Amino acid sequence: MQTGKELIPHLFRTEYSKITAVLTKLFGFEHVEIAEDIASDTFLLAAETWGIKGIPENPTAWLYAVAKNRAKDHLKHHQIFSDKVTPGLQTAHDSLYEINIDLSPKNITDSQLQMMFAICHPAISAEAQIGLALRILCGFGIEEIADAFLSNKETINKRLFRAKEKLRNEKVKIAFPDASEINDRLQTVLTTLYLLFNEGYYSLSQNITVRKDLCLEAMRLNFLLVENKSTALPPVKALLALMCFHASRFEARTNEDGELILYDDQDTSLWDRELIEQGKYYMNLAAEGNEISKYHIEAGIAYWHTVKEDTSKKWQNILQLYNRLLLIEYSPIAALNRTYALAKADGKMVAIPEAEKLNLANNHLYYSLLGFLYSDIDNEKAVCHLKTALKLAKSETDKVTIEKRLLGLMK
Amino acid sequence: MKEFMLVFRNAQSGAPRLSPEQMQEITKPWQDWIGGIAAQNKLVERGNRLDYEGATVHAGNVVTDGPYAEIKEILLGYTIVKTDAIADAIEIAKGCPVLNFGGTVEVRTVVQMNM
Repeated sequence: MQTGKELIPHLFRTEYSKITAVLTKLFGFEHVEIAEDIASDTFLLAAETWGIKGIPENPTAWLYAVAKNRAKDHLKHHQIFSDKVTPGLQTAHDSLYEINIDLSPKNITDSQLQMMFAICHPAISAEAQIGLALRILCGFGIEEIADAFLSNKETINKRLFRAKEKLRNEKVKIAFPDASEINDRLQTVLTTLYLLFNEGYYSLSQNITVRKDLCLEAMRLNFLLVENKSTALPPVKALLALMCFHASRFEARTNEDGELILYDDQDTSLWDRELIEQGKYYMNLAAEGNEISKYHIEAGIAYWHTVKEDTSKKWQNILQLYNRLLLIEYSPIAALNRTYALAKADGKMVAIPEAEKLNLANNHLYYSLLGFLYSDIDNEKAVCHLKTALKLAKSETDKVTIEKRLLGLMK
Repeated sequence: MKEFMLVFRNAQSGAPRLSPEQMQEITKPWQDWIGGIAAQNKLVERGNRLDYEGATVHAGNVVTDGPYAEIKEILLGYTIVKTDAIADAIEIAKGCPVLNFGGTVEVRTVVQMNM
């Protein structure tokens, strides 16, 4: 039996976003804050009532019933709101009391998907999209969002406020994009989900629970897209495969203190076989059609990382996938990873001249890579590069990792 | 940044029959070379590889089979890179795998419309 203490945050996450999405769809995006308030009120009432009276048999049904009543009350008591909004409600009814607040599974899923398109809108920055997605689609608290972004509550509040304002000015609708638009709009949604996942996976935040939740939420939203016919396109499936492969190493990549454990040092028995299998499943589904997106290639790279044996075949494949990824889109991190794969595939002597051509001064990962490449070949140079990396590194986790490697070399 | 076209030429070799392993041995250096340029963020266009089959059209409706009749080396393909100076493009060209098979790389400045 779950205690109220564990149940309420969990329910909050899952149900807050559903209630908010359904109500926002009903009221229109311009009234998203009212929808958020009603959802928050519902949970406050639940927390207090359940604290005194115990948890009801069906907590979700209880929440929906309260949310419906609150929404109706709101429409009834706010004359200005109802005068302005009620006539424009998407479901027109003669009487206020007949307004259908549809919390059926189908409408919840549709509302969340449509909300995803509304929030992942090119009019606002990627950072704002992620923030809004976390708040509205994932039910994260402002404090948790601030923690994930290594920021503070005021900054996040301001950012979310401005983003909502901008979406209102753009007259964004809670609706599926037209068939002709869906590919373009889906690109933005996928980018946001990809960044949301990375925010959790690579975040500098020490709060492992929040980081893991970010990844799981990105996967949940991606799953909604995969389950929906009009959005279940190959890149969507490829991105889900990528996330499954990465997430399979979640337990293995940090120690009890939240410190990062490098890939080579991970306990492979902690890799989640089930997630790896799921990744393969979605990877196969993503193979339909001729399109090869960057998500396909990244999923391929992630797949090879789930292979434990450190074979030449593995690293040759990873190297070629990075070569292809760089042709689609250059990024410093892909360039660095490609050079690491080159060293694993063809040896450090081949990789060193290639690395020196990358010219990524000011990037601590660049000097970290050079440090790795020169280790056991010219340890003096390796130490020199690692010291530069240490100077440039910003996060504590990175500094600790580099210091450990320096100690290892200077023994 | 200026753009340079790297033009590959080689003597006509006919099409040798290769095993998949041998094909892979030929493919990998090209993939790695192009990937290495892209990793420096200096690739503009990976370009195209041309097949041996072809024809040359001359004035007066004269068509000759292939480009082979008058020249020893034939055009194999091209890639476009962007670098600060031609010297950097020449450095990149030095890594081109065609050089290992007796070919040459010609480095030419692409004329920009927006000077």
